[in-house]
Amino acid sequence: MTSKTFNVILRVWRQAGPGREGRFVEYPARGVNPDMSFLEMLDVVNDEIAARGEEPIAFSHDCREGICGTCSLVINGKPHGPNHGVASCQTYMRSFKDGDRIVVEPFRARPFPVIKDLVTDRSAFDAIQQAGGFITARTGSAPEANSVPVPKEVAELAMDAAQCIGCGACVAACKNASAMLFVAAKVSHLGLLPQGQPERDRRVLAMVATMDGLGFGGCTNQYECSAACPKLISHDFIARMNRDYAKALFHSAFRPAAAGGAGA
Amino acid sequence: MSQLESRIPPGALAEKWSRHKSGIRLVNPANKRKYEVIVVGAGLAGASASASLSELGYAVSCFVFHDSPRRAHSIAAQGGINAAKNYQNDGDSVYRLFYDTAKGGDFRSREANVYRLAEVSAQIIDQCVAQGVPFAREYGGLLANRSFGGAQVSRTFYARGQTGQQLLLGAYSALSRAAVSGGVRLHTHAEMLDLVVVGGHAKGIVVRNLLTGEVTRHAADAVVLATGGYGNVFNLSTYARGSNATAIWRAYKRGACFANPCFTQIHPTCIPVTGDYQSKLTLMSESLRNDGRIWVPRNRDDRLKPPASIPEVERDYYLERIYPSFGNLCPRDVASRAAKRVCDEGRGVGESGLGVYLDFSDAIGRLGEAGVRERYGNLFDIYHEITNEDAYKVPMRIFPAAHYAMGGLWVDYNLMSNVPGLFVLGEANFSDHGANRLGASALMQGLADGYFILPYTIGDYLATLKPGSRPPADGPEFMQAADGVATVTKRLLSVRGRQPVSHFHKRLGHILWQHCGMARNREGLGKALQEIPALREEFWANGLVPGTGDSLNQSLERAVRVADFLELGELMCRDALAREESCGCHFREEHQYPDGECKRDDENFAHVAAWEYAGEGTAPVRNAEPLAYETVKMSVRNYK
Ligand SMILES: Cc1cc2nc3c(=O)[nH]c(=O)nc-3n(C[C@H](O)[C@H](O)[C@H](O)COP(=O)(O)OP(=O)(O)OC[C@H]3O[C@@H](n4cnc5c(N)ncnc54)[C@H](O)[C@@H]3O)c2cc1C
Ligand code: FES
Repeated sequence: MTSKTFNVILRVWRQAGPGREGRFVEYPARGVNPDMSFLEMLDVVNDEIAARGEEPIAFSHDCREGICGTCSLVINGKPHGPNHGVASCQTYMRSFKDGDRIVVEPFRARPFPVIKDLVTDRSAFDAIQQAGGFITARTGSAPEANSVPVPKEVAELAMDAAQCIGCGACVAACKNASAMLFVAAKVSHLGLLPQGQPERDRRVLAMVATMDGLGFGGCTNQYECSAACPKLISHDFIARMNRDYAKALFHSAFRPAAAGGAGA
Repeated sequence: MSQLESRIPPGALAEKWSRHKSGIRLVNPANKRKYEVIVVGAGLAGASASASLSELGYAVSCFVFHDSPRRAHSIAAQGGINAAKNYQNDGDSVYRLFYDTAKGGDFRSREANVYRLAEVSAQIIDQCVAQGVPFAREYGGLLANRSFGGAQVSRTFYARGQTGQQLLLGAYSALSRAAVSGGVRLHTHAEMLDLVVVGGHAKGIVVRNLLTGEVTRHAADAVVLATGGYGNVFNLSTYARGSNATAIWRAYKRGACFANPCFTQIHPTCIPVTGDYQSKLTLMSESLRNDGRIWVPRNRDDRLKPPASIPEVERDYYLERIYPSFGNLCPRDVASRAAKRVCDEGRGVGESGLGVYLDFSDAIGRLGEAGVRERYGNLFDIYHEITNEDAYKVPMRIFPAAHYAMGGLWVDYNLMSNVPGLFVLGEANFSDHGANRLGASALMQGLADGYFILPYTIGDYLATLKPGSRPPADGPEFMQAADGVATVTKRLLSVRGRQPVSHFHKRLGHILWQHCGMARNREGLGKALQEIPALREEFWANGLVPGTGDSLNQSLERAVRVADFLELGELMCRDALAREESCGCHFREEHQYPDGECKRDDENFAHVAAWEYAGEGTAPVRNAEPLAYETVKMSVRNYK
């Protein structure tokens, strides 16, 4: 445990509302305890801002333990900050030192418009999910859980993909604002499991079409996405999705009905 | 006084639910779409209910304050979900799961509800697997189980340390599918700020859009609250920061009874507070107590010394000393209280003095560092990330933290509150966990309520209404409620005092933690009942809520929630004061055996306390619903 406090200067993106012009504003953060989380440091700065009669910095957060996917800061140019495999809320002030100037921005991507300051609108992810990110299983109609065995390796691989917290760091990290890692994670999670087979083709076609329609860019294999992912989801899933997509297109050429968007 | 009719069906315990289901009124399938149902919340309970109701054909609107339904606090649950599948062939059964849960709750839950929970548990696993929840598997491809506290069988299903995440994503995917097929209208950033009651029935809600400040009114034939637990009343807790009591609190003020508000679970193994700036406490899995030994120095002067320099004889392994047969594995409420006691004695470790050691050096000696890493590596990593300490070298420091609310709105067997048409699911209701919840049973309850109970029971109420008979959303009750919401917002913004909202939340948390936390007594509760109203007054006179009400204003959001916590905190203390016994989490120091254990009073307190709002400035009414145990005998828990 360290108790030596220090001071830093924050350069924070302030923007009053959607479509409004934004700018960087500097705020000193004094008496920073290295054991504070980055968000707790912002809480303290915000109370000081409020005490001066100004509006605190808006930023998204909820669980503060790296699982809900709400927090979404770009710290010194990196989505979720300097450390590998953690979300913004799991970034601690011991990663910084006295006198540092820290630039704090929102996730920047066309499909994620800024709502206010550091808060962005990521509802495009819900739209992609609604297009086909599910297995149709009406409540009450499920067979006995152990009636379909799933090999352990397959279940583990599906879980690797399913861990995605839907934060959007992959999009923010990509120069094309591609959502391929997010979509690939969902498509792979469901497509790997036996339960996911009946809707496999229509799922990948519908989700990719929706992603394209929402203005996310294409993937040019830079893999900035998996480097920024707080759950370290592998870009191998993108290759897997591309194969699924090609197969589904091929199938749909013979069975056009299968390409008809989401299963309702 | 409210009439509290629990509507427990007659007949043998094991047959109640199936008999009830077959006797329930049905809604004509062609009429279902004419019924509008509002669901507030999309955690496990709300998402599963919304999807299932829409599959049945009801017109469902789902409201969440989050930016996406996938962010509900359920996402953070780690350990697992119980189900009586008996896949391990170790003698599990519906009865055993029921009995463990009822006993875990120290016999303060409703027997018939708990039995039904155990009964539908197996179906939950089937449903989740069909949705693609990637539960842990064995090499043969079948589902794996782990053991959890309070049980002697292995019945917990899990997906690594992210079970809540995977179950919620399953329910969210069902909800997403329903949204696209038109059955569910989703409203995000939409905070319910009042319940509208017309002619004694719940008929709608008032909602504030958190991005624009717009206040809207929504009418329905029934309203379902699945808004989660209120443990953030303590300020520091393992909950997500946004979790709050506002929806159930406003419903309480509209006539819904609040049951057992003082039943809040304090989890023994969390990472301790490091400073006043702290915003949240992180849970460290209970499983660590299998191999870790808990101790503090015997002598309070040693509390800041490096632990390695304190010789064995100078250490007090207090759980092993007091509870020789259960030792470090005694239940949550017992372990939490013991930690509080040694810290109160001034022997707590760490800078703040609020911590005890969880020491793995014996286990490392026995299993080697690699052995310990294999079992608990990820937990040691999380611990390191937060504290920057290496628990392989120095003992972990842990301390209890607020974790779960067993109390909540009162509901009958149909999950309907005493306000007809108002249903309450998941952590927001009170029904299944009594005075203490066992691990892995909250996820089970949320999904049981939403997938398998409400879809049946809501029909029993809706069938009594004429389709299309709901009142318009511009009736006088709606307009009055919407005006009330706008007034409160304006009032909060106009105080412009000197202290930020966080200041009041922290102070409320301190009061409750001190007087209505792990140990309670008459004097302390009396003090809290003076301090909380005074704090509330100060909040309304000197609170600082910057900004405006017509755009995203996170200070205002928090102020609204803290204003309600400042009222709820008082009710918790009242409830704790009135319950003159000790049971589960509720330890009244006046009611203990000579050895310091809980002394229950079944003769006078085998009942649910359901508080009824009586207007501002008037003391609420305490109604009692007797708890009749027809099948099981209430026994005394003993862990020595
Ligand atoms: C760290 C942690 C670990 C846990 N681990 C386990 C475990 O391993 N096993 C287990 O069984 N349990 C566990 N629990 C408990 C369990 O996670 C919760 O009890 C459960 O998930 C609650 O689900 P819910 O659906 O009732 O509410 P929540 O998931 O809290 O959802 C509440 C919903 O209501 C909405 N809402 C609330 N108020 C309003 C309002 N006024 N207006 C609009 N919307 C509103 C929110 O947006 C959200 O969608 C854990 C809890 C914690 C804190
Ligand atoms: S706040 Fe939940 S992931 Fe960061």
